[in-house]
Amino acid sequence: MERSWSAVPVLMALVMSPFLFSVINRTKAFFGGRRGQPLLQPYADIAKLLRKGAVYSRTTTRVFRIGPVAGLASVLAALALTPLGPSGALVSFEGDVVLFVYLFAVMRFVTVLAALDTGSAFEGMGASREVQFSALGEVAFFLGITALAALTHRTSLSGILDALGNSPEVHGGRPVHFLVGSSLFVVLLAENARLPVDDPETHLELTMIHEVMVLDHGGVDLGLIQYAGCLKLWVMASLLAGVVLPAGSVHTVASAAILPAGILALAVLIGVVESTMARLRLVMVPQLLVAAGVLALLALIVVPG
Amino acid sequence: MFLYVASLLALAAGAALSIPLFSGRWRWLGCALAVVGSGLASLAGLSSLVGGAGWDLVLPWSVPMGSLHLGMDGLTALFVVPIGFIRALAAVYGGGYFRKEPNFRRASGSWFFYNLLVLSMLLAVGARNGLLFLVSWEMMSLSSFFLVMFHREREDVGRAGLTYMVAMHLGTAFLLVMFLFLSAGGGMEFDSFAPAAGTASVIFALAVLGFGTKAGLIPMHVWLPEAHPAAPSHVSAVMSGVMIKTGIYGILRVLTFLGTPLPWWGWSLLLVGAVSGVLGVLFALAQHDLKRLLAYHSVENIGIIALGMGAGILGVVYGSTPIAVLGFSGALFHVVNHAIFKSLLFMGAGSVGRAAGTHQIDRLGGLLQRMPATGSAFLTGSAAICGLPPLNGFVSEFLIFSAGFLAVVSGGPLLPVGTVIISSLALIGGLAAACFTKAFGIVFLGFPRSGDAAAATESNRAMVWPMVVLAALCVTLGLAAPWVRFLLEPAVSVLLPDPSGAGLLGPVVAALWGISAVGAALIILTLALFWLRDRVLAGRIVRVSETWGCGYLAPTARMQYTASSFAQPTVNMFRMFLRPKQTVKEPDGLLPESASLHTHTDDLFRERLYVPVFTGVKRAASLLRWLHQGQTHFYVLYIALTALVLLTWRLW
Repeated sequence: MERSWSAVPVLMALVMSPFLFSVINRTKAFFGGRRGQPLLQPYADIAKLLRKGAVYSRTTTRVFRIGPVAGLASVLAALALTPLGPSGALVSFEGDVVLFVYLFAVMRFVTVLAALDTGSAFEGMGASREVQFSALGEVAFFLGITALAALTHRTSLSGILDALGNSPEVHGGRPVHFLVGSSLFVVLLAENARLPVDDPETHLELTMIHEVMVLDHGGVDLGLIQYAGCLKLWVMASLLAGVVLPAGSVHTVASAAILPAGILALAVLIGVVESTMARLRLVMVPQLLVAAGVLALLALIVVPG
Repeated sequence: MFLYVASLLALAAGAALSIPLFSGRWRWLGCALAVVGSGLASLAGLSSLVGGAGWDLVLPWSVPMGSLHLGMDGLTALFVVPIGFIRALAAVYGGGYFRKEPNFRRASGSWFFYNLLVLSMLLAVGARNGLLFLVSWEMMSLSSFFLVMFHREREDVGRAGLTYMVAMHLGTAFLLVMFLFLSAGGGMEFDSFAPAAGTASVIFALAVLGFGTKAGLIPMHVWLPEAHPAAPSHVSAVMSGVMIKTGIYGILRVLTFLGTPLPWWGWSLLLVGAVSGVLGVLFALAQHDLKRLLAYHSVENIGIIALGMGAGILGVVYGSTPIAVLGFSGALFHVVNHAIFKSLLFMGAGSVGRAAGTHQIDRLGGLLQRMPATGSAFLTGSAAICGLPPLNGFVSEFLIFSAGFLAVVSGGPLLPVGTVIISSLALIGGLAAACFTKAFGIVFLGFPRSGDAAAATESNRAMVWPMVVLAALCVTLGLAAPWVRFLLEPAVSVLLPDPSGAGLLGPVVAALWGISAVGAALIILTLALFWLRDRVLAGRIVRVSETWGCGYLAPTARMQYTASSFAQPTVNMFRMFLRPKQTVKEPDGLLPESASLHTHTDDLFRERLYVPVFTGVKRAASLLRWLHQGQTHFYVLYIALTALVLLTWRLW
């Protein structure tokens, strides 16, 4: 499809991403026998936060104020690199996956620094855990992409996903899809502060990672952080959906619908995981992430040829 | 050529003049000539890279086997540029750093050795004769030793100096043997090197051992974490930023003598690089001293460079020029980038040390409010060393990553090569981010953890400006990625078996443009969103209050997370390698009076490898101690006996 159509999925991501949280919430409500919040609640939350004033700690510096906007800017840049459908990404080049991962590293870097800027022990604790787990998650993610690159002989995200859907030579790679898909799913859960790594529901600071890092943010800043979180989930989910679903092999109009459907299905899956699992003890989280890395490594080994 | 010789003369003059002029009006001359000489050298390198012109200069020198043969090619030029540039900025910084130094005599001695060190480094990378190279190499080791020993009255400095001296000379011993092998076919001229068949592997191993000691590859790195914290900060900046890179230069230059490489050369560099990278950053994470932390990060970055070189060699071995080009150019660009951000970070650490009187991370805090310029520059350097876009560190790591991905796509024997590169770079990147969020976050953010840190003030302008320039360069080189290739191509072509010159990096130009565009977009988006946020908040109520403490309203600095606590989970996760030592005094009884926790991480290789070996050597040597009577006639007797033994042996 033409390049000009790439803007449509980007717009969809910008508009639809908070909706993922509604889906997760509804799924959890279903399992809990509750009715759940209105479907548009995440939008209302963000809109309310964006209308508020602000309270800043006297310890904080400009780093604290730049953190949320720089985080959102990096997710937006990552969004431009994400292939969100058959038309590929807005920007694509050989090796863009490295930039993609490092843009999330930028987001993490500014979030962690903003947390440390408050001088709060709680936020230091969250920041410390965040950098520990993400170092392992990054390796697992890179290994997964490496396996896909070996399978498809491409090194750009768009190229990889395109080849996964279209090329006949990759059809021998079903186990690879499955292994990389499960590895990426674990990384997605860890990176987006979901169970079993982090608990987005609780406000008990001692057990949290991401939520505790943003304790001191409020108002507009918090709204930006939440929106960036929605986009991050959407971006990673669409990547995972692209790996698992053979979107390119069917008619393009149909495939344009397959991907969003896959993303929503993923949100349901996250809701199921969150309803049926307890949070892991923090010392067990590295084992989970290393296991994700091992799955990706296995995928690399079983790549045919 | 003219610029280069002029710079050598200026530096020689600087060295010669700084001793007699140690006091009085002219005592800034040593510093000024260092700035001028280094700046000229940098221009000389740059003009050669841009103009594409190399040259050769042979001057008469009445030393057997030796000749004053200097040369300039792409590889030399790429090392001369950062040497000159960083040296000049560090000299400016050093001028500010020594401004309050009461001991003129010692400061001027320091400038003597500083000039000498720049001179010897320029000679070492320009030398085209083995003997000249070894002489300048030794000059480099000695002059840097005296620079390290600036605060010689401190006990730790003496110990560091000794470690450094021993390490350098052990390294040079390997190089002496290496040059003997290289010159087996004829003289010591580089052009005439023709190693005998079968010795190439030996030469390569000796080069990695000898030059690796200078560069700081694990396990030859033990001098780095000792020497860097001991030296004055501008000296650490140039030692870590550019001096250790002469080791990289050495390995690369020797590769050009050896013809077609063997697979195990590349593999060994790859593995040593991966180990240095990962362990370097892990040990850095466990440190409490800011300069020691930075020193271990040099080990990490040398590891990244070695990964790139390994990829380059294996690309040549398996006949894949694109992989070779990407690997070598990534390694070389990382040499330049590391020179920039590491010297920036050491200058920042020095500035912090001057202002707060300590480099202990857990005694600092809140310095960004007190030292905004140092803090912002340090932040830029931290982001750059973590390889974050849109800064320069990302571009060089991207090139090495690309070599890895290309290797994976090529498959066959290259698949494991790519996997090693990608996975180790990924782990290094994540851990480096952990380490620098700790370094910057604890030192510059939060509340000050000691009175000295609370009373810190910004450093003088001579110290601040070099940092600002380097920080700006981090951003510029990151955004100017597509143009950087013109500087890298001449150097890379020296390293390839069939040099084809320009256009080597052609295949990645599109990617470099992409990086540059996304980087620019990132900056613009951040600024635009920040402006928008400011506009939105302008009409609303913005209050200032305390940090949220679960309702507790009187937080103190001691309640903050410390560097040790921040790093603890990660350090604990890797305790197998790090072996952190803990001394805990638990609160005792119903009304406990005190409790304490003390953690310390020694260098694994120092404790487990070098200390036992050197203790053994000492024990063996002490067995012969009874021979040393200290009386002259005994020694005469030994000589006579030796002569007698030799005589009988010969006559037998």
